[in-house]
Amino acid sequence: MASNLALLYEAPILSVQLVIDGILIGAIFALAAYGMALVWGVMNIINIAQGEFVMLGGYVTFFLAATGVHPLLTVPVAVAVLFIFGWAIYRLVVFRVVDKDLFISILATFGISIVLQQLANELFGADVRTAESGLGTLFFADGLVTVAAIKLVAFVAALVLGASLFLFLKKSRLGQAIRATAQNARAARIVGINTDRVYATTFALNAAICGAAGSLVVMTWLIHPYLGLAYTIRSFMIVIVAGLGNLVGVILAGVGLGAAENFAGFLLGTEYQAAFVFSLLVVILLWRNFRLSRLRKYLK
Amino acid sequence: MTDPVRNVLLYTLIALAGLIAPYVAPTIVIQLALLWMMVLFALTWDLAGGQMGYNSFGNILFFGIGCYVATVVQRELYFDIEEYANVTIADITLSLTPSQYFAGLALGMALSVLIAVAVAAVLGSGILGLRGHYFAICTLGVGVAAGEIASGWEYVGAGSGMVAPIYPGEPDQRGIFFYYLLFILAVICFFTLKRLYSTRFGLAINAIRDDEDKAEAMGIHTTRYKTVAWCVSAFFLALAGGTFGHLNNFIDREVAFPGTTFGVWMVLMAILGGKGTIWGPVIGATVFHVTQELFWTYFFGWQRVALGVLIVVIVLFFPQGIMGWLRERWPEKFGETVDAEGRAAQVSLEEPR
Repeated sequence: MASNLALLYEAPILSVQLVIDGILIGAIFALAAYGMALVWGVMNIINIAQGEFVMLGGYVTFFLAATGVHPLLTVPVAVAVLFIFGWAIYRLVVFRVVDKDLFISILATFGISIVLQQLANELFGADVRTAESGLGTLFFADGLVTVAAIKLVAFVAALVLGASLFLFLKKSRLGQAIRATAQNARAARIVGINTDRVYATTFALNAAICGAAGSLVVMTWLIHPYLGLAYTIRSFMIVIVAGLGNLVGVILAGVGLGAAENFAGFLLGTEYQAAFVFSLLVVILLWRNFRLSRLRKYLK
Repeated sequence: MTDPVRNVLLYTLIALAGLIAPYVAPTIVIQLALLWMMVLFALTWDLAGGQMGYNSFGNILFFGIGCYVATVVQRELYFDIEEYANVTIADITLSLTPSQYFAGLALGMALSVLIAVAVAAVLGSGILGLRGHYFAICTLGVGVAAGEIASGWEYVGAGSGMVAPIYPGEPDQRGIFFYYLLFILAVICFFTLKRLYSTRFGLAINAIRDDEDKAEAMGIHTTRYKTVAWCVSAFFLALAGGTFGHLNNFIDREVAFPGTTFGVWMVLMAILGGKGTIWGPVIGATVFHVTQELFWTYFFGWQRVALGVLIVVIVLFFPQGIMGWLRERWPEKFGETVDAEGRAAQVSLEEPR
């Protein structure tokens, strides 16, 4: 670890490489996190199956790309498939837990995540998959900093998707209905909003965003049936750092997390990168608790 | 369950069955031992998940700590690290004299309890200060993080795992020894929790489950109670882990931090039997373990899918669990007097909003 730190000091250009890689992957994390914040804010459900949606989106792209379609063209397909899938999951399971206690919805989505993870393992196999985009690599600073072109494309795509979702929520009729329901579901019902449909759309939208994120992940990185939990945890971390409904905050937190993860992977070794992600969650929660406890005056 | 005579009879029957089981069915003694471990799992999960309303998905952490610490202690006490590293599972030379073995096991379990409880206290006092859903997701990460660290850490064998010393004695004695160890642990766990639930502590954690803000307003130190409850879970899980590591003879990340099997099962068993009751986890664990042993092979690899489906179905359609269902069905047997009017009122309350 110390030697790696020394290496970073000797060759600062390596840090640039790590930061750039982190920023590019971080935008994808932010995309999934924005979906989680949407469902959390509107339906008051923390969706543990978030990462599994990402994984499924990745598999859609992987299997379509295997038939010869360019993976970038499959992103809209992944979005559509996951939208329908999310709608189905809502109609099957989630609508039953919308008004219930947060614990019930956590347990229920935890069950969904296990089903999806194990189904993917049975149907698609436990192999690590990736979809080759064939876009080549860009070189900067005399070839010391390399950026795969697909990562840049994915970064831009993630930002565009996030921004269009934001605009959809702000401008469209349905988006306004979603925001109204988030503010006060009962009042929304009174003024004639079909909140059940709003919830279904919200959940399906979330799944669709995760599908897009997964589709980008399989092109820039890799997927396997068990990677869901890491994305759920990352989304959760980003949301609690950035807050609900704060798009810029979500993007900044996502990008920061991506960079931090890359540095940790470099310094501690890649075998500890996953451990770092999960430990960071504990650290963030402890820090949050510490910060909140200073605001609590009534009981020590 | 108010009649003391019936209670004594029930306990005596279970104790007798538990004591003679390994001699009646010596061929399945390991499965029977695991049954008691499942009971312990469900009981400890229910302490936080059911009685206190704090779902934990990472209790497997303490089990894994128990596994690793107990085995590391045996290794450090009696083996040269160089020699140990060259041992493969194929040619096991890790035989100890009985006194060495049991002394090492006892010391290892004592140490694993200390470490697990310390971890629960430190981690718990931090994250349990937050409300339950933060805790739930945090524990989800903690269990995996521990597994990841264990699989990267050379000192505890990293990815290739560690071999625990073999039991000194006859193979059939080994099964019986571990059976009774787990049986006693489960029984102690049951009565400890039963005692705890009847005290102020039990009332406090139930109050936290029902309305944490009110409980806090009433002057209950909620974070302290929550942390203690989690520490009690950690205490018993570490003991079970130490035992299981030795029973299994080999530990690695998959054995010690089995998040997708034991970790999920403990949640499922507790909610199947009935969250927030003392008998619910026992019944849930028994039903689940017996069903699993009998029918699991017929699923042809789809067991874990079925497991997830089962969790969703139970949470959605059977949230009260077996005990809750029995209680609704025959409230008189639980010492509740319900007249026809009350029954009607109760039913109307359960109507969906």
